Amino acid sequence: MLKITNLQKTFNPGTVNAKTALNGLNLTLEDGDFVTVIGGNGAGKSTMLNAIAGVWKPDYGTIEIDGVDVTNIPEYKRATYLGRVFQDPMKGTAPDMEIAENLSIAARRGTKRKLKWGIKKAEREEYKKLLATLELGLETRLSSKVGLLSGGQRQAVTLLMATLKKPKLLLLDEHTAALDPKTAAKVLEITDKIVTENHLTTLMITHNMKDAIAHGNRLIMMHEGRIIVDIKGEEKKNLTVEDLMNLFVKASGKEFTNDRAVLS
Amino acid sequence: MAFLNALPGAVAEGLIWGLMAIGVYISYKILDIADLTVDGSICTGGCVCAVLISNGVPVWLSIVIAFFAGMLTGVVTGLLHTALGIPSILAGILTQLMLYSVNLSILGGKSLIAINPRENNLLMHMSDNPSAIVAGVIVVTATIILLWLFFYTEVGLTLKSTGDNPDMSCAQGVNVNFNKVLGLAISNGIVALAGAMLAQYKGSANINDGRGAIVIGLAAIFIGLSVSMKIKPNFVVSLIGVIGGGIVYYIIYNFVVLLGLKTDYLKMLSAIIVALFLAVPYLKGKYFTKQKPIAVTENAGGGKNA
Repeated sequence: MLKITNLQKTFNPGTVNAKTALNGLNLTLEDGDFVTVIGGNGAGKSTMLNAIAGVWKPDYGTIEIDGVDVTNIPEYKRATYLGRVFQDPMKGTAPDMEIAENLSIAARRGTKRKLKWGIKKAEREEYKKLLATLELGLETRLSSKVGLLSGGQRQAVTLLMATLKKPKLLLLDEHTAALDPKTAAKVLEITDKIVTENHLTTLMITHNMKDAIAHGNRLIMMHEGRIIVDIKGEEKKNLTVEDLMNLFVKASGKEFTNDRAVLS
Repeated sequence: MAFLNALPGAVAEGLIWGLMAIGVYISYKILDIADLTVDGSICTGGCVCAVLISNGVPVWLSIVIAFFAGMLTGVVTGLLHTALGIPSILAGILTQLMLYSVNLSILGGKSLIAINPRENNLLMHMSDNPSAIVAGVIVVTATIILLWLFFYTEVGLTLKSTGDNPDMSCAQGVNVNFNKVLGLAISNGIVALAGAMLAQYKGSANINDGRGAIVIGLAAIFIGLSVSMKIKPNFVVSLIGVIGGGIVYYIIYNFVVLLGLKTDYLKMLSAIIVALFLAVPYLKGKYFTKQKPIAVTENAGGGKNA
């Protein structure tokens, strides 16, 4: 479903601030893989997701989604294949527009937008049903401005928007990091449900090692712009946080340096 | 009494400036771009319309062509901004400066072209304010209805989202750059339409028309929205409010002139009105709000909102 080959990216090249964020990254995802991504600060996790989404062009390497080389396709066109949820709950929704309007824009991702009515009546009914599955009471607030919702509600709506039109790949960039623990757990529960029901291929960055172990069928750990640990199936199910820490030290020769990951 | 006599004229001219302010509303409020092209494009609209009419082109066709000329100015600013990466405010200033030369050449090097209301069947003229008001109301109503319909289409919704949250729009497959160009084109088209009406109303197009138009537009928007947001904060009510704002602005304008303020100071007055509307909410927030405890967030109530 996703094939990343020898991906390289250096920010501010040729200056004292030069930072190699991706250093020959290789990754292949099978159809239906739900992969959790962990790693220390500056390991290249978000850089990898941004590269897949097309926020900028990589210096070297290729990205294929479902057999299509998307390396040179601009971000807005690549959106056809992708569902994205950001760390910042403010980033995934248009605050001054209604919930239904936000959803209707997402429902037309990848199709040519015309001078047709923006939201059809039947759509509203469909959105109501979908919002009801979130169990956040949003199904009665279709005409509310998204800006009035809480961070958790906005993240849940963004998740719905990312998957309303089934993406080939779902990218979750620490989408629960800005939420309080209780809300984060709820949003993760919704994530699991949506991913399983739609059989979505998913990349989820998290700073929480327990979450990384508990969710998905595969776990990768990044360090200095590369994948240093890749665990699947049965082996992943039996992982503990301690195992992960040891794996990290063994693979990188360093202590794990993500305060949030260690403390949470 | 003199004030009452001036009232119909103020309403007629206010309608025209309100229409221009709707153009500004699209760039400033919807796209979130302070577009300074309008100072030039309103003049372009007037020049194109006046020159065409004085050359015997039918009035309606002159107005249509003026509208498209205005759209073109918006496209120029949009491309300077999106394709060439120039900050939007600077892109607008550059186009505005270009338009001074363009407008001069449209006027054939003259600084003014007059259109005779007796020889031409103008849409509106200051010699007949009541019918000018009727014509103004018709054009304004048609514009609001068309915009209202447009902004609820698939394309229109993405135009709104482009200004509201470009990141989200891009992630949902919206071509943000194209939308900015499109929005600026529509905005300046409407501004030029207002320019064409203004030229007819005054019976002339002047190279200096439109200087400070953006400020008048913003003043109309702020005056209008200060009322309409309290009634119902939706799109159509906002647009009607903006028109009302334009009219109120011109009534104040006429009132101040009658009080004896030298017309030299009127641009100063416009700028002060806009500065006040921008500053008051800021100062209110800074000095007149009670500090609330920050701890009260969504989950203080047991997460029932989450």
